[in-house]
Amino acid sequence: MSSEWPLWEVFIRGQHGLNHRHVGSLHAVDAEHALRNARDVYTRRHEGLSIWVARASDIVASSPTDDGPRFAPDDARIYPHPTLRDEAGTP
Amino acid sequence: MYAQLVKTSRAKAPEEMSEQERAFQARIDRGEKIEPKEWMPEEYRRTLIRQIGQHAHSEIVGQLPEGNWITRAPTLQRKAILLAKVQDEAGHGLYLYCAAETLGISRDELIAMLHSGKMKYSSIFNYPTLTWADIGAVGWLVDGAAIMNQVPLQRCSYGPYARAMVRICKEESFHQRQGYDLISKMARGTPEQKAMAQDALNRFWYPSLMMFGPSDKESVHSAQSMAWRIKINTNDELRQKFVDQTVPQAHYLGLTVPDDKLAWNEDKRAYDFSEPDWEEFYAVVRGDGPCNRDRLGARVKAWEDGAWFRDGLAAHAAKTRGAKMAAE
Amino acid sequence: MTDDRCEYALRLGDNALILSHRLSEWCGHAPALEEDIALTNVALDLLGQAQLWLELAGAREGRSADDLAYRRDAGAFRNALLVERPNGDYGHTLMRQYLFDAWHIEALSALSRSRDAGFAEIAAKAEKEAAYHVERSAELVVALGDGTHESHARMQAALDALWPYAGELFLGDALDARLAAEGVVPAATSLRAAWDASTGAVFAQATLTPPASAFAHKGGRAGRHSEALGPLLAQMQFLQRAYPDATW
Repeated sequence: MSSEWPLWEVFIRGQHGLNHRHVGSLHAVDAEHALRNARDVYTRRHEGLSIWVARASDIVASSPTDDGPRFAPDDARIYPHPTLRDEAGTP
Repeated sequence: MYAQLVKTSRAKAPEEMSEQERAFQARIDRGEKIEPKEWMPEEYRRTLIRQIGQHAHSEIVGQLPEGNWITRAPTLQRKAILLAKVQDEAGHGLYLYCAAETLGISRDELIAMLHSGKMKYSSIFNYPTLTWADIGAVGWLVDGAAIMNQVPLQRCSYGPYARAMVRICKEESFHQRQGYDLISKMARGTPEQKAMAQDALNRFWYPSLMMFGPSDKESVHSAQSMAWRIKINTNDELRQKFVDQTVPQAHYLGLTVPDDKLAWNEDKRAYDFSEPDWEEFYAVVRGDGPCNRDRLGARVKAWEDGAWFRDGLAAHAAKTRGAKMAAE
Repeated sequence: MTDDRCEYALRLGDNALILSHRLSEWCGHAPALEEDIALTNVALDLLGQAQLWLELAGAREGRSADDLAYRRDAGAFRNALLVERPNGDYGHTLMRQYLFDAWHIEALSALSRSRDAGFAEIAAKAEKEAAYHVERSAELVVALGDGTHESHARMQAALDALWPYAGELFLGDALDARLAAEGVVPAATSLRAAWDASTGAVFAQATLTPPASAFAHKGGRAGRHSEALGPLLAQMQFLQRAYPDATW
């Protein structure tokens, strides 16, 4: 088995000229594929919507707690995928 | 519900907690949401992965029993409704996998655990859909039971899970109305249709009651989940609520709930009813339900047959990236 | 509506109905969750289009879209053979979709300028959907043709197998000629050049080679179908046939 399609975050601006809002995530091989999937999954292709997609791993987030230590750049991802693999098993 | 057998330990008493755990519990008690990057006890994270994972698996395995009737739906309108509904379930699975992914596990890893039998999905989807009325029964009873559980989970402590639930609940209540509409059409139709509707209720009643999981009244297992607010009500509370809501609907449809002991209890202002056969429930969970092997087999087949497609798209994207970088 | 127009609407409706049905067979079994959802969107669009065309086709005789979908035998169906081809692997399904979409968008674009307002209205709505369908299926054909050795081989095999079913879409007949003369529909043959150009570009990008043979299976529009249609209808029409007095 090869590697998983990367995770993308989806942001949509509705018809009323509001800011783009985070609506969810999906998997896709590249930006074009992510945009197409976003249309299919999150808008059911309603017209007049503007969609942004961003690789989840490219999003830099602030540290969640004020008193927490300053985080290293590598730790800035919202969706870390480390450590838990063996522990999550048994239902 | 869709995560019937997620067990945690008994709830820790405050004096057993570390400083960090006490602060975490205090946040939950204040009704704050826990977000992905924030500190959380390892057990909280693991329990959530199991619970959200089981929930997600249930959505995609749950596509199969209803999908069984898409090609036989009796009108174009019913077909469109069913197709859109089964598609929504794929969407719900997708939202939930994404919520689980915020906890540090990938979707492919979760799917691998489903396929290897390490993770479960709801027992209800191991029952067959034998007639068109079953599609109504699934909407009316199964979605009805699911809503009982999911509505409170909109207020659960983990932000991504709660937000996924908000989105899902909106669609789910719509599905339940459509299911009820379908079965009421059958219940008021020809004698054959009415017989199908009754038969569907007979077969889906107890499996629906099992969806809430075994009684946990005395159990220490769910205490921790309730303290963490990732389980809001006890299994028995939800089951009772479901029975109280559903029995009058069955009466209204002229259908008979297959339970001799079913009776209104004026003292508790609720129905008395028979327990489902828990031996059967455990057998189904173990893998010995009517459809377990078929369901899992269909999921594994779809995954394995699709590997070349997923790899093909990934390979093309990699080539395109390579070409772009070479050009720059 | 004249007989001719009803018959033509039936062709369009049956194409959409049968292809939608084939796609719906994938629901819950597609290679990825996103793809499952996306393909079902196409199935739903086509189902909606089928309803509109069949309503138009049946209106004069007072037959509903459901009557037409569920109470005709195979010989009365007017879809092209291409859309009834079994799904095969996912590559076959996508290739069939692309061959159809590339024709559909040209046909609908011309039909949206029909002198028949009923045709023009449905076609205009369907054209927007078909534009997305062909964008999607073309991109997938390119990606998979160019992807791995295996995905390339599967897409080439699909193209080889389905190519002989594409030609029927462009065969004219007397009905087609009469309606084209009235300005109601495009002549079937007139759509070929645009289709050749767009599919040629996509196949080149996909590194796929269309077979050299121009041979085309035909008969769908005259009700002479392949063996694949009967079992599809047996399943689709089962409840309506088994319980003719029931409403659902």
